[in-house]
Amino acid sequence: MSKPIGIEVSLAVAEAVGLCDVDVVAAYPITPQTHIVEHLSELVADGHLNAEFVPVESEHSAMSACIGSSAAGARTFTSTCSQGYALMSELCYIAASLRLPIVMAVANRALSAPINIWNDHADLMYARDTGWIQLISENGQEAVDMSILSFRIGEDPRVALPVQVNLDGFTMSHVVEPIEIPDQAVIKKFLPPFKPKYRLDPANPMTFGAVGMPDIYTEARMMQDQALKATKPVIQEIFDDFAKQFGRQYKLVESYKTEGAETIVVAIGSVAQTGMTAIDAMRAKGKKVGIVRIRVFRPFPAAELFEAIKGAKNLVLFDRVSSFAGGEISGPVALEIKSVLFDKGVAPKVGNFLVGLGGRDVTEQNFEEMVERVESAKNGDLPAYEFINVRE
Amino acid sequence: MAKETGIQSWKDLKFGILVSTPGNAAELKTGDWRSMRPETDREKCTKCGQCYIFCPDMVYSKDAEGYFPQNYYWCKGCGICAKECPVDAITMIQEVD
Repeated sequence: MSKPIGIEVSLAVAEAVGLCDVDVVAAYPITPQTHIVEHLSELVADGHLNAEFVPVESEHSAMSACIGSSAAGARTFTSTCSQGYALMSELCYIAASLRLPIVMAVANRALSAPINIWNDHADLMYARDTGWIQLISENGQEAVDMSILSFRIGEDPRVALPVQVNLDGFTMSHVVEPIEIPDQAVIKKFLPPFKPKYRLDPANPMTFGAVGMPDIYTEARMMQDQALKATKPVIQEIFDDFAKQFGRQYKLVESYKTEGAETIVVAIGSVAQTGMTAIDAMRAKGKKVGIVRIRVFRPFPAAELFEAIKGAKNLVLFDRVSSFAGGEISGPVALEIKSVLFDKGVAPKVGNFLVGLGGRDVTEQNFEEMVERVESAKNGDLPAYEFINVRE
Repeated sequence: MAKETGIQSWKDLKFGILVSTPGNAAELKTGDWRSMRPETDREKCTKCGQCYIFCPDMVYSKDAEGYFPQNYYWCKGCGICAKECPVDAITMIQEVD
Protein backbone atom coordinates (compact mmCIF):
# COMPACT_ATOMS: atom_id res chain seq x y z
CA MET A 1 0.00 0.00 0.00
CA SER A 2 1.24 3.46 -0.85
CA LYS A 3 1.63 6.17 1.77
CA PRO A 4 -0.71 9.16 2.01
CA ILE A 5 0.60 12.35 0.44
CA GLY A 6 -0.57 15.94 0.77
CA ILE A 7 -2.36 16.76 -2.49
CA GLU A 8 -5.21 18.94 -3.71
CA VAL A 9 -8.33 16.77 -4.03
CA SER A 10 -8.94 17.77 -7.69
CA LEU A 11 -5.43 16.71 -8.65
CA ALA A 12 -5.81 13.47 -6.72
CA VAL A 13 -9.05 12.69 -8.60
CA ALA A 14 -7.28 13.39 -11.93
CA GLU A 15 -4.36 11.15 -10.88
CA ALA A 16 -6.79 8.35 -9.97
CA VAL A 17 -8.62 8.66 -13.29
CA GLY A 18 -5.26 8.53 -15.06
CA LEU A 19 -4.26 5.42 -13.10
CA CYS A 20 -7.53 3.81 -14.24
CA ASP A 21 -6.04 3.97 -17.74
CA VAL A 22 -8.84 6.05 -19.20
CA ASP A 23 -8.91 6.15 -23.03
CA VAL A 24 -10.81 9.37 -23.70
CA VAL A 25 -11.34 12.55 -21.69
CA ALA A 26 -13.71 15.11 -23.24
CA ALA A 27 -14.37 18.05 -20.97
CA TYR A 28 -14.90 21.79 -20.77
CA PRO A 29 -13.50 23.74 -17.81
CA ILE A 30 -15.85 25.30 -15.24
CA THR A 31 -15.14 26.47 -11.71
CA PRO A 32 -14.69 24.61 -9.34
CA GLN A 33 -14.13 21.54 -11.53
CA THR A 34 -11.31 23.14 -13.58
CA HIS A 35 -8.30 21.62 -11.83
CA ILE A 36 -9.54 18.08 -12.47
CA VAL A 37 -9.57 18.36 -16.27
CA GLU A 38 -6.62 20.77 -16.31
CA HIS A 39 -4.48 18.16 -14.59
CA LEU A 40 -5.72 15.38 -16.88
CA SER A 41 -4.79 17.47 -19.92
CA GLU A 42 -1.30 17.94 -18.38
CA LEU A 43 -0.95 14.19 -17.84
CA VAL A 44 -1.81 13.59 -21.50
CA ALA A 45 0.36 16.46 -22.82
CA ASP A 46 3.36 15.36 -20.76
CA GLY A 47 3.05 11.79 -22.00
CA HIS A 48 2.19 10.29 -18.61
CA LEU A 49 -1.25 9.18 -19.77
CA ASN A 50 -1.89 7.54 -23.12
CA ALA A 51 -5.37 8.95 -23.74
CA GLU A 52 -7.25 11.14 -26.17
CA PHE A 53 -7.97 14.54 -24.59
CA VAL A 54 -10.77 16.30 -26.49
CA PRO A 55 -10.88 20.04 -25.67
CA VAL A 56 -14.51 20.56 -26.65
CA GLU A 57 -16.29 23.91 -27.07
CA SER A 58 -19.01 23.32 -24.47
CA GLU A 59 -20.35 20.83 -21.94
CA HIS A 60 -23.04 19.85 -24.44
CA SER A 61 -20.28 18.79 -26.82
CA ALA A 62 -18.35 17.16 -23.97
CA MET A 63 -21.13 14.71 -23.19
CA SER A 64 -21.83 14.18 -26.92
CA ALA A 65 -18.18 13.24 -27.46
CA CYS A 66 -18.30 10.98 -24.40
CA ILE A 67 -21.36 9.14 -25.73
CA GLY A 68 -19.63 8.47 -29.05
CA SER A 69 -16.41 7.39 -27.41
CA SER A 70 -18.06 5.11 -24.86
CA ALA A 71 -20.29 3.58 -27.54
CA ALA A 72 -17.13 2.82 -29.55
CA GLY A 73 -15.80 0.89 -26.55
CA ALA A 74 -13.40 3.39 -25.01
CA ARG A 75 -13.10 3.99 -21.26
CA THR A 76 -14.41 7.54 -21.01
CA PHE A 77 -14.25 10.30 -18.40
CA THR A 78 -15.59 13.82 -18.10
CA SER A 79 -16.15 16.32 -15.36
CA THR A 80 -18.37 19.35 -14.86
CA CYS A 81 -20.70 21.09 -12.42
CA SER A 82 -23.56 23.56 -12.05
CA GLN A 83 -24.35 25.54 -15.25
CA GLY A 84 -22.08 23.20 -17.21
CA TYR A 85 -24.09 20.24 -16.00
CA ALA A 86 -27.31 22.01 -16.92
CA LEU A 87 -26.01 22.57 -20.45
CA MET A 88 -25.02 18.92 -20.94
CA SER A 89 -28.03 17.45 -19.18
CA GLU A 90 -30.05 16.48 -22.28
CA LEU A 91 -27.21 14.19 -23.32
CA CYS A 92 -26.90 12.72 -19.83
CA TYR A 93 -30.34 11.11 -20.16
CA ILE A 94 -29.23 9.53 -23.44
CA ALA A 95 -25.96 8.17 -21.99
CA ALA A 96 -27.96 6.29 -19.36
CA SER A 97 -30.62 4.98 -21.74
CA LEU A 98 -27.94 3.66 -24.11
CA ARG A 99 -26.23 1.97 -21.12
CA LEU A 100 -22.87 3.67 -21.61
CA PRO A 101 -20.59 3.50 -18.54
CA ILE A 102 -19.17 7.02 -18.78
CA VAL A 103 -17.68 8.30 -15.51
CA MET A 104 -18.22 11.94 -14.58
CA ALA A 105 -16.85 13.79 -11.57
CA VAL A 106 -19.14 16.63 -10.48
CA ALA A 107 -17.53 19.27 -8.24
CA ASN A 108 -20.89 20.19 -6.75
CA ARG A 109 -21.77 23.87 -7.14
CA ALA A 110 -24.90 26.02 -6.87
CA LEU A 111 -26.98 26.97 -9.91
CA SER A 112 -27.62 30.59 -10.95
CA ALA A 113 -29.13 33.13 -10.32
CA PRO A 114 -27.56 34.94 -8.61
CA ILE A 115 -24.33 33.72 -10.19
CA ASN A 116 -22.61 31.68 -7.54
CA ILE A 117 -19.58 29.44 -7.99
CA TRP A 118 -19.69 27.97 -4.50
CA ASN A 119 -20.81 24.66 -3.12
CA ASP A 120 -24.26 23.21 -2.67
CA HIS A 121 -26.14 20.24 -4.16
CA ALA A 122 -28.20 21.94 -6.87
CA ASP A 123 -26.40 20.05 -9.65
CA LEU A 124 -26.40 16.74 -7.79
CA MET A 125 -30.17 16.85 -7.40
CA TYR A 126 -30.70 18.26 -10.91
CA ALA A 127 -29.03 15.05 -12.13
CA ARG A 128 -31.20 12.84 -9.94
CA ASP A 129 -33.67 11.74 -12.62
CA THR A 130 -31.26 11.15 -15.50
CA GLY A 131 -30.78 7.43 -14.81
CA TRP A 132 -27.13 7.71 -13.73
CA ILE A 133 -25.69 6.00 -10.68
CA GLN A 134 -24.84 8.73 -8.16
CA LEU A 135 -22.00 8.15 -5.72
CA ILE A 136 -21.27 10.72 -3.02
CA SER A 137 -17.87 11.37 -1.44
CA GLU A 138 -17.27 13.28 1.79
CA ASN A 139 -13.50 13.80 1.72
CA GLY A 140 -10.55 13.62 -0.64
CA GLN A 141 -9.74 9.98 -0.06
CA GLU A 142 -13.33 9.04 -0.76
CA ALA A 143 -13.35 11.13 -3.96
CA VAL A 144 -10.32 9.16 -5.18
CA ASP A 145 -11.82 5.83 -4.13
CA MET A 146 -15.22 6.63 -5.69
CA SER A 147 -13.51 7.57 -8.96
CA ILE A 148 -11.81 4.17 -9.15
CA LEU A 149 -14.99 2.42 -8.02
CA SER A 150 -17.05 4.23 -10.67
CA PHE A 151 -15.22 2.62 -13.59
CA ARG A 152 -15.51 -0.83 -12.03
CA ILE A 153 -19.21 -0.39 -11.14
CA GLY A 154 -20.27 1.25 -14.40
CA GLU A 155 -18.42 -1.22 -16.62
CA ASP A 156 -19.62 -4.33 -14.76
CA PRO A 157 -21.73 -6.19 -17.39
CA ARG A 158 -24.56 -6.48 -14.82
CA VAL A 159 -24.59 -2.68 -14.52
CA ALA A 160 -23.52 -1.00 -17.81
CA LEU A 161 -24.62 2.47 -16.71
CA PRO A 162 -22.93 5.85 -16.38
CA VAL A 163 -21.70 6.86 -12.95
CA GLN A 164 -21.49 10.29 -11.36
CA VAL A 165 -18.90 10.91 -8.63
CA ASN A 166 -20.01 13.84 -6.51
CA LEU A 167 -17.48 15.86 -4.55
CA ASP A 168 -18.27 19.21 -2.96
CA GLY A 169 -16.88 22.17 -4.91
CA PHE A 170 -14.10 24.15 -3.13
CA THR A 171 -14.86 22.52 0.25
CA MET A 172 -13.31 19.40 -1.24
CA SER A 173 -12.09 20.16 -4.76
CA HIS A 174 -9.67 22.95 -3.76
CA VAL A 175 -8.51 21.59 -0.42
CA VAL A 176 -5.16 19.88 0.17
CA GLU A 177 -5.71 16.67 2.10
CA PRO A 178 -3.61 13.64 3.03
CA ILE A 179 -4.64 11.13 0.37
CA GLU A 180 -3.40 7.66 -0.44
CA ILE A 181 -3.17 7.26 -4.21
CA PRO A 182 -3.23 3.51 -4.84
CA ASP A 183 -0.54 1.79 -6.91
CA GLN A 184 -1.47 1.28 -10.54
CA ALA A 185 -0.77 -2.45 -10.24
CA VAL A 186 -3.41 -2.79 -7.51
CA ILE A 187 -5.91 -0.74 -9.54
CA LYS A 188 -5.21 -2.91 -12.58
CA LYS A 189 -6.02 -6.02 -10.57
CA PHE A 190 -9.25 -4.44 -9.32
CA LEU A 191 -10.33 -2.93 -12.65
CA PRO A 192 -10.39 -5.31 -15.63
CA PRO A 193 -10.27 -3.89 -19.20
CA PHE A 194 -13.53 -2.37 -20.48
CA LYS A 195 -15.32 -4.95 -22.62
CA PRO A 196 -18.78 -3.65 -23.57
CA LYS A 197 -21.47 -6.11 -24.59
CA TYR A 198 -22.23 -4.08 -27.72
CA ARG A 199 -20.29 -1.31 -29.35
CA LEU A 200 -20.14 0.80 -32.51
CA ASP A 201 -18.24 -1.40 -34.93
CA PRO A 202 -18.28 -1.07 -38.74
CA ALA A 203 -17.83 -4.86 -39.04
CA ASN A 204 -21.01 -5.44 -37.01
CA PRO A 205 -23.23 -2.40 -37.53
CA MET A 206 -25.89 -1.41 -34.99
CA THR A 207 -28.17 1.52 -34.35
CA PHE A 208 -27.63 3.38 -31.07
CA GLY A 209 -30.43 5.77 -30.10
CA ALA A 210 -33.24 4.90 -32.50
CA VAL A 211 -36.73 6.40 -32.22
CA GLY A 212 -39.16 4.69 -29.79
CA MET A 213 -42.82 5.35 -30.45
CA PRO A 214 -45.62 5.16 -27.85
CA ASP A 215 -45.82 1.42 -28.57
CA ILE A 216 -42.39 0.83 -27.08
CA TYR A 217 -41.35 3.84 -24.96
CA THR A 218 -43.00 2.55 -21.76
CA GLU A 219 -41.25 -0.80 -22.13
CA ALA A 220 -37.92 0.95 -22.70
CA ARG A 221 -38.43 3.01 -19.52
CA MET A 222 -39.45 -0.08 -17.53
CA MET A 223 -36.29 -1.85 -18.70
CA GLN A 224 -34.12 1.10 -17.68
CA ASP A 225 -35.74 1.41 -14.25
CA GLN A 226 -35.25 -2.31 -13.58
CA ALA A 227 -31.65 -2.11 -14.78
CA LEU A 228 -30.80 0.74 -12.38
CA LYS A 229 -32.64 -0.93 -9.48
CA ALA A 230 -30.75 -4.18 -10.08
CA THR A 231 -27.39 -2.43 -9.62
CA LYS A 232 -27.86 -1.98 -5.85
CA PRO A 233 -26.50 -5.38 -4.71
CA VAL A 234 -23.78 -5.21 -7.38
CA ILE A 235 -22.58 -1.83 -6.07
CA GLN A 236 -22.35 -3.23 -2.53
CA GLU A 237 -20.55 -6.34 -3.80
CA ILE A 238 -17.99 -4.13 -5.56
CA PHE A 239 -17.64 -1.92 -2.43
CA ASP A 240 -16.84 -5.13 -0.49
CA ASP A 241 -14.28 -6.25 -3.06
CA PHE A 242 -12.71 -2.78 -2.92
CA ALA A 243 -12.38 -3.15 0.86
CA LYS A 244 -10.51 -6.44 0.40
CA GLN A 245 -8.00 -4.88 -2.00
CA PHE A 246 -7.68 -1.33 -0.67
CA GLY A 247 -8.71 -1.69 2.98
CA ARG A 248 -11.48 0.92 2.98
CA GLN A 249 -15.07 -0.31 3.38
CA TYR A 250 -17.99 1.61 1.89
CA LYS A 251 -21.71 0.98 2.20
CA LEU A 252 -24.80 2.28 0.40
CA VAL A 253 -25.82 3.92 3.68
CA GLU A 254 -23.30 4.57 6.44
CA SER A 255 -24.17 5.06 10.09
CA TYR A 256 -22.13 6.80 12.78
CA LYS A 257 -22.93 6.39 16.49
CA THR A 258 -26.58 5.57 15.78
CA GLU A 259 -26.70 2.75 18.31
CA GLY A 260 -29.26 3.71 20.93
CA ALA A 261 -29.67 7.13 19.30
CA GLU A 262 -32.99 8.88 19.91
CA THR A 263 -32.15 11.59 17.39
CA ILE A 264 -30.61 10.81 14.02
CA VAL A 265 -29.27 13.36 11.58
CA VAL A 266 -29.22 12.49 7.87
CA ALA A 267 -26.81 14.40 5.64
CA ILE A 268 -24.89 13.83 2.43
CA GLY A 269 -21.51 15.06 1.22
CA SER A 270 -18.78 16.88 3.11
CA VAL A 271 -21.14 18.40 5.70
CA ALA A 272 -21.62 14.88 7.02
CA GLN A 273 -17.96 14.99 8.14
CA THR A 274 -18.67 18.16 10.12
CA GLY A 275 -21.78 16.33 11.31
CA MET A 276 -19.74 13.46 12.75
CA THR A 277 -17.59 15.92 14.72
CA ALA A 278 -20.77 17.56 16.00
CA ILE A 279 -22.15 14.15 17.00
CA ASP A 280 -18.95 13.42 18.96
CA ALA A 281 -19.37 16.71 20.85
CA MET A 282 -23.05 16.04 21.58
CA ARG A 283 -22.35 12.44 22.64
CA ALA A 284 -19.68 13.80 25.04
CA LYS A 285 -22.45 15.87 26.64
CA GLY A 286 -24.53 12.70 27.06
CA LYS A 287 -26.95 13.28 24.18
CA LYS A 288 -28.25 10.20 22.39
CA VAL A 289 -27.54 11.29 18.82
CA GLY A 290 -26.10 9.74 15.69
CA ILE A 291 -25.72 10.51 12.01
CA VAL A 292 -26.60 8.57 8.87
CA ARG A 293 -24.85 9.40 5.60
CA ILE A 294 -26.12 8.38 2.20
CA ARG A 295 -23.31 7.14 -0.01
CA VAL A 296 -25.39 6.22 -3.07
CA PHE A 297 -28.28 8.52 -3.97
CA ARG A 298 -29.33 6.67 -7.16
CA PRO A 299 -30.30 3.87 -7.04
CA PHE A 300 -31.81 5.05 -3.75
CA PRO A 301 -31.09 2.55 -0.95
CA ALA A 302 -34.55 2.74 0.66
CA ALA A 303 -34.41 -0.52 2.63
CA GLU A 304 -30.89 0.14 3.96
CA LEU A 305 -31.83 3.67 4.90
CA PHE A 306 -34.94 2.54 6.78
CA GLU A 307 -32.88 0.01 8.73
CA ALA A 308 -30.47 2.80 9.68
CA ILE A 309 -33.08 5.28 10.92
CA LYS A 310 -35.99 3.15 12.11
CA GLY A 311 -35.15 3.40 15.81
CA ALA A 312 -35.09 7.21 15.91
CA LYS A 313 -37.70 9.32 17.70
CA ASN A 314 -36.43 12.48 16.03
CA LEU A 315 -35.02 12.96 12.58
CA VAL A 316 -32.97 15.96 11.47
CA LEU A 317 -32.81 15.97 7.67
CA PHE A 318 -30.30 18.27 6.01
CA ASP A 319 -30.72 19.30 2.38
CA ARG A 320 -28.34 21.51 0.42
CA VAL A 321 -30.76 22.63 -2.29
CA SER A 322 -34.35 23.76 -2.42
CA SER A 323 -36.75 22.30 -4.97
CA PHE A 324 -38.83 25.46 -4.32
CA ALA A 325 -42.23 25.27 -2.69
CA GLY A 326 -42.64 21.52 -2.60
CA GLY A 327 -45.99 20.64 -1.06
CA GLU A 328 -44.85 19.30 2.29
CA ILE A 329 -41.10 19.09 1.74
CA SER A 330 -38.63 21.12 -0.24
CA GLY A 331 -35.47 19.07 0.17
CA PRO A 332 -34.84 16.05 -2.07
CA VAL A 333 -33.19 14.05 0.75
CA ALA A 334 -36.18 14.65 3.03
CA LEU A 335 -38.56 13.79 0.19
CA GLU A 336 -37.00 10.33 -0.16
CA ILE A 337 -36.85 9.69 3.57
CA LYS A 338 -40.40 10.78 4.35
CA SER A 339 -41.67 8.51 1.55
CA VAL A 340 -39.82 5.54 3.06
CA LEU A 341 -41.25 6.30 6.51
CA PHE A 342 -44.81 6.62 5.19
CA ASP A 343 -44.59 3.27 3.40
CA LYS A 344 -43.37 1.61 6.63
CA GLY A 345 -46.01 3.34 8.75
CA VAL A 346 -43.41 4.96 11.01
CA ALA A 347 -43.83 8.58 12.05
CA PRO A 348 -40.97 10.13 14.05
CA LYS A 349 -40.71 13.88 14.54
CA VAL A 350 -39.07 15.21 11.37
CA GLY A 351 -37.31 18.50 10.78
CA ASN A 352 -36.17 19.34 7.24
CA PHE A 353 -33.53 22.06 7.09
CA LEU A 354 -32.16 23.71 3.99
CA VAL A 355 -28.54 24.53 4.81
CA GLY A 356 -25.26 25.44 3.16
CA LEU A 357 -26.74 26.99 0.03
CA GLY A 358 -24.31 28.60 -2.44
CA GLY A 359 -21.27 28.07 -0.23
CA ARG A 360 -22.72 29.19 3.14
CA ASP A 361 -20.77 27.38 5.87
CA VAL A 362 -22.47 24.63 7.82
CA THR A 363 -21.00 24.57 11.32
CA GLU A 364 -20.99 22.12 14.22
CA GLN A 365 -23.17 24.64 16.02
CA ASN A 366 -25.76 24.38 13.20
CA PHE A 367 -25.98 20.65 13.82
CA GLU A 368 -26.41 21.14 17.58
CA GLU A 369 -29.07 23.82 17.05
CA MET A 370 -31.10 21.71 14.64
CA VAL A 371 -30.93 18.64 16.89
CA GLU A 372 -32.08 20.79 19.81
CA ARG A 373 -34.84 22.33 17.69
CA VAL A 374 -36.36 18.98 16.67
CA GLU A 375 -35.93 17.40 20.12
CA SER A 376 -37.66 20.29 21.92
CA ALA A 377 -40.49 20.74 19.40
CA LYS A 378 -43.92 19.33 20.14
CA ASN A 379 -45.25 16.95 17.50
CA GLY A 380 -46.81 18.98 14.71
CA ASP A 381 -45.00 22.19 15.71
CA LEU A 382 -42.23 21.90 13.13
CA PRO A 383 -42.76 23.54 9.77
CA ALA A 384 -42.55 21.27 6.71
CA TYR A 385 -39.15 22.75 5.91
CA GLU A 386 -37.04 25.74 6.93
CA PHE A 387 -34.16 27.75 5.51
CA ILE A 388 -31.40 27.88 8.13
CA ASN A 389 -29.16 30.90 8.84
CA VAL A 390 -31.36 33.12 6.68
CA ARG A 391 -31.23 36.79 7.69
CA GLU A 392 -34.60 38.40 8.34
CA MET B 1 -45.92 -10.03 -35.14
CA ALA B 2 -43.27 -8.15 -33.18
CA LYS B 3 -41.36 -7.37 -36.37
CA GLU B 4 -44.42 -5.86 -38.07
CA THR B 5 -45.57 -3.75 -35.13
CA GLY B 6 -42.50 -3.35 -32.92
CA ILE B 7 -44.71 -4.40 -30.00
CA GLN B 8 -42.91 -6.62 -27.49
CA SER B 9 -42.32 -7.20 -23.79
CA TRP B 10 -39.84 -4.97 -21.94
CA LYS B 11 -37.94 -8.16 -21.10
CA ASP B 12 -37.31 -8.88 -24.78
CA LEU B 13 -36.02 -5.42 -25.62
CA LYS B 14 -32.41 -5.29 -26.69
CA PHE B 15 -30.03 -4.00 -24.01
CA GLY B 16 -29.77 -0.21 -24.30
CA ILE B 17 -32.69 -0.25 -26.78
CA LEU B 18 -30.10 -0.94 -29.47
CA VAL B 19 -31.10 -2.04 -32.95
CA SER B 20 -28.76 -4.86 -33.90
CA THR B 21 -30.18 -5.45 -37.41
CA PRO B 22 -29.68 -2.21 -39.33
CA GLY B 23 -32.23 -1.51 -42.05
CA ASN B 24 -35.03 -3.36 -40.29
CA ALA B 25 -37.35 -0.34 -40.61
CA ALA B 26 -38.55 -2.12 -43.80
CA GLU B 27 -40.20 -4.70 -41.52
CA LEU B 28 -42.28 -2.12 -39.66
CA LYS B 29 -45.84 -2.18 -40.99
CA THR B 30 -46.45 1.56 -41.38
CA GLY B 31 -49.49 0.69 -43.53
CA ASP B 32 -51.33 0.39 -40.19
CA TRP B 33 -51.23 4.18 -39.84
CA ARG B 34 -53.28 4.79 -43.02
CA SER B 35 -56.80 6.25 -43.05
CA MET B 36 -56.90 6.92 -46.85
CA ARG B 37 -55.70 4.47 -49.54
CA PRO B 38 -54.36 5.58 -52.97
CA GLU B 39 -55.81 3.67 -55.94
CA THR B 40 -54.65 4.02 -59.55
CA ASP B 41 -57.03 4.11 -62.53
CA ARG B 42 -55.07 2.22 -65.21
CA GLU B 43 -57.28 3.74 -67.95
CA LYS B 44 -55.82 7.17 -67.11
CA CYS B 45 -52.29 6.10 -66.07
CA THR B 46 -49.52 7.01 -68.53
CA LYS B 47 -46.84 4.98 -66.67
CA CYS B 48 -44.82 8.21 -66.16
CA GLY B 49 -43.57 7.06 -62.72
CA GLN B 50 -44.14 10.41 -60.92
CA CYS B 51 -45.88 8.47 -58.08
CA TYR B 52 -42.77 6.31 -57.68
CA ILE B 53 -40.51 9.40 -57.63
CA PHE B 54 -42.57 11.44 -55.15
CA CYS B 55 -43.57 8.67 -52.70
CA PRO B 56 -41.61 9.41 -49.48
CA ASP B 57 -41.67 5.71 -48.60
CA MET B 58 -41.12 2.69 -50.87
CA VAL B 59 -44.75 2.03 -51.76
CA TYR B 60 -44.46 2.17 -55.59
CA SER B 61 -42.36 -0.07 -57.80
CA LYS B 62 -42.57 -0.85 -61.51
CA ASP B 63 -44.23 -4.10 -62.58
CA ALA B 64 -43.73 -6.18 -65.77
CA GLU B 65 -46.34 -4.17 -67.70
CA GLY B 66 -44.74 -0.84 -66.75
CA TYR B 67 -47.44 0.18 -64.25
CA PHE B 68 -46.60 1.24 -60.67
CA PRO B 69 -48.74 -0.79 -58.22
CA GLN B 70 -48.87 0.15 -54.51
CA ASN B 71 -47.41 -1.93 -51.67
CA TYR B 72 -49.92 -1.18 -48.90
CA TYR B 73 -47.63 -2.73 -46.21
CA TRP B 74 -45.78 0.61 -46.10
CA CYS B 75 -48.32 3.13 -47.48
CA LYS B 76 -49.20 5.62 -44.73
CA GLY B 77 -51.83 7.30 -46.92
CA CYS B 78 -50.10 10.68 -47.09
CA GLY B 79 -51.65 11.43 -50.51
CA ILE B 80 -48.57 12.99 -52.12
CA CYS B 81 -48.85 10.56 -55.08
CA ALA B 82 -52.47 11.58 -55.74
CA LYS B 83 -51.54 15.27 -55.51
CA GLU B 84 -48.56 14.94 -57.86
CA CYS B 85 -50.06 12.60 -60.51
CA PRO B 86 -50.10 14.78 -63.71
CA VAL B 87 -53.17 13.00 -65.15
CA ASP B 88 -55.18 12.61 -61.92
CA ALA B 89 -55.09 8.82 -62.22
CA ILE B 90 -54.68 8.32 -58.43
CA THR B 91 -57.69 8.71 -56.07
CA MET B 92 -57.57 8.59 -52.27
CA ILE B 93 -60.22 6.17 -50.96
CA GLN B 94 -61.42 6.20 -47.32
CA GLU B 95 -60.39 3.03 -45.46
CA VAL B 96 -63.58 1.65 -43.88
CA ASP B 97 -62.24 -0.91 -41.38
